[in-house]
Amino acid sequence: MNDTRTPRARIEPWNDPAASAYVRVEGIAKSFGAQVAVANVDLAIHKGEFFSLLGPSGCGKTTLLRMLAGFETPDAGRILIDGADMTGVPPHRRPVNMMFQSYALFPHMTVEQNIAFGLRQDGAPKAEIADRVAEMLALVKLDGFGRRKPHQLSGGQRQRVALARALVKKPKLLLLDEPLGALDRRLREHTQFELVNIQERLGITFIIVTHDQEEAMTMSSRMAVMEHGAIRQVGTPAEVYERPASRFVAEFLGDANIIEGRVTSSANGRLQIAAEAAGCTIAVDGDGLAAGAPCAVAFRPEKLTLAKDQPADTSSNAVAGTVFDIAYLGDMSVYHVRTDAGATLRVAAANSQRMIERPITWDDRVWVTWAPGAGVVLDR
Amino acid sequence: MNASRLSTVNIVALTIGFAFLYVPILILIVFSFNESRLVTVWAGFSTKWYAALLENRQIMDAAWITLRVAIVSATVATIIGTLAGLTLARFVRFRGRTLFTGMIYAPLVMPEVITGLALLLLFVALDWDRGYWTVTLAHATFSMAYVAVIVQSRLVGFDRSLEEAAMDLGATPLRTFFAVTLTLIAPALIAGWLLAFTLSLDDLVIASFASGPGATTLPMRIYSQVRLGVTPEINAISTILIAIVACGAVAATLVQKRSLVLRRRAEAAARADV
Ligand SMILES: Nc1ncnc2c1ncn2[C@@H]1O[C@H](COP(=O)(O)OP(=O)(O)O)[C@@H](O)[C@H]1O
Ligand SMILES: [Mg+2]
Repeated sequence: MNDTRTPRARIEPWNDPAASAYVRVEGIAKSFGAQVAVANVDLAIHKGEFFSLLGPSGCGKTTLLRMLAGFETPDAGRILIDGADMTGVPPHRRPVNMMFQSYALFPHMTVEQNIAFGLRQDGAPKAEIADRVAEMLALVKLDGFGRRKPHQLSGGQRQRVALARALVKKPKLLLLDEPLGALDRRLREHTQFELVNIQERLGITFIIVTHDQEEAMTMSSRMAVMEHGAIRQVGTPAEVYERPASRFVAEFLGDANIIEGRVTSSANGRLQIAAEAAGCTIAVDGDGLAAGAPCAVAFRPEKLTLAKDQPADTSSNAVAGTVFDIAYLGDMSVYHVRTDAGATLRVAAANSQRMIERPITWDDRVWVTWAPGAGVVLDR
Repeated sequence: MNASRLSTVNIVALTIGFAFLYVPILILIVFSFNESRLVTVWAGFSTKWYAALLENRQIMDAAWITLRVAIVSATVATIIGTLAGLTLARFVRFRGRTLFTGMIYAPLVMPEVITGLALLLLFVALDWDRGYWTVTLAHATFSMAYVAVIVQSRLVGFDRSLEEAAMDLGATPLRTFFAVTLTLIAPALIAGWLLAFTLSLDDLVIASFASGPGATTLPMRIYSQVRLGVTPEINAISTILIAIVACGAVAATLVQKRSLVLRRRAEAAARADV
């Protein structure tokens, strides 16, 4: 999986000021009565991207996707696809196809007829349709299933028919609404890989909606984290995970210890923060905050280190506490530590050795330490 | 206690109920095969009254008119009723929806005499000559309500994303309507048509009001002849009528049942792994 994804990691059109966006969403907003579904969203997505919209249920992901497909009319703003303004263009004239959350396969048509439907609307010649359908069936590994009706397929097979049907017209943009949501866990992991492969093979721009952060992290070139109809952060999975912009993003994407404190000094890109609630002093990379400003710092559990021995320097980035719970997860364990000041920290440690010389266990006195680069100062 | 098992009481009640319903009809059918001209005396089996029917111009004319009225009015009722059913199921909020719904359902419970009288008054006011077209129109009017109800109930739970998928794949709204919506609700349309057809076939009351000279329907013909005395010919034509209506009703039920099975299967398939 990694070898197929490395080339993309090197191509980063979003960092290239000369590159122009393929899909541009400008100030899009949509309300249903008093309910704001999407609030003033701006996005620039590049050709060939695998872009995820990630957020909790009800945050407006589907509504945003449906506006791209043309099923909902935005209250404000506009959408451009490959330079063409989509305002007022009905769904059947957009160079966009969608894979529906429910798959929406036509129950009265066979798999072949379902896949051929889009090409038939364009009046493509019969021979060409047959070729394209066969090609698509091969792409999604469903050769030999063409004559079946949707109800004669398993959930995973139906999902692949829906994908083939949405891809057959080679859209400029493919929209996928929770495409793996109905699959069981094992199948989902396998399909994530397949989906990325297909996307790379065809070079079609994908926008995928998901509420599963792991799914978004594994598949996307970039992702947008949404909350209450607004986009909170856009970036590569690593950027968003390593440098969450807000408390919401830090907590929604993976686990985070968030420590509140007050800046005591700021110099040379390094902040000193007094965190009274946790009972420690934090030295962290960052600037732009004056002494006395309140702030919050997020630490990923795996960025913290646990030790029984007191470190040499306890003036900053170290805090003493007691282990009060251990969650054993197989490959790693999460230690819940109560600091002497009463705050709770979660520390993840890989179980790389089967026998630890001096295993840390319940009620042990421990020291939690971290590097100056480990914490991230949150904007809010 | 198993409530679904038949007890002796149930069997007796059922027998009496069915006897009430079907013994008179059975007698009619049996006597249509009677050799004798006397309707109450059995004189052996014969199909001669069916042959005699073909010679009876009045009855054959009435049968032909009835068939034409039934086919045309059922078709008109299906078209208008489908549109009404779609509107009721689809446009959840529009001004006067409740009123419209009530007005669609009203003909189902309205006494036929009143419907007939109202239509008669309308035709008189419009100064239309009563005949074939007025009966057809009258039948379409009252049977479209049945079609609307059938179509509306079929559309409850219809997955709108199927229509969106069709449009997404390039189908115009009109093509989407025919290729997806109408195709999927076709069983309801067929059932509605069959029901409208049988309703028209055996209607006497409304036809009596809406019809005029030269457009006597079969039930009207039977009724007027019976007043002069029951003949075996009447029994024979009635038997045929019963057979057609029964077939229509059974077919309508089967079509609906089959579509229900297909729908359940599709829904179960959609749910299986969610
Ligand atoms: N057709 C609609 N009518 C009214 N409210 C809607 C409609 N579609 C979505 N909403 C509301 O808009 C919000 C966003 O919905 P949605 O885009 O489906 O969220 P998500 O896909 O992120 O779960 C929700 O609060 C939802 O209730
Ligand atoms: Mg959704």
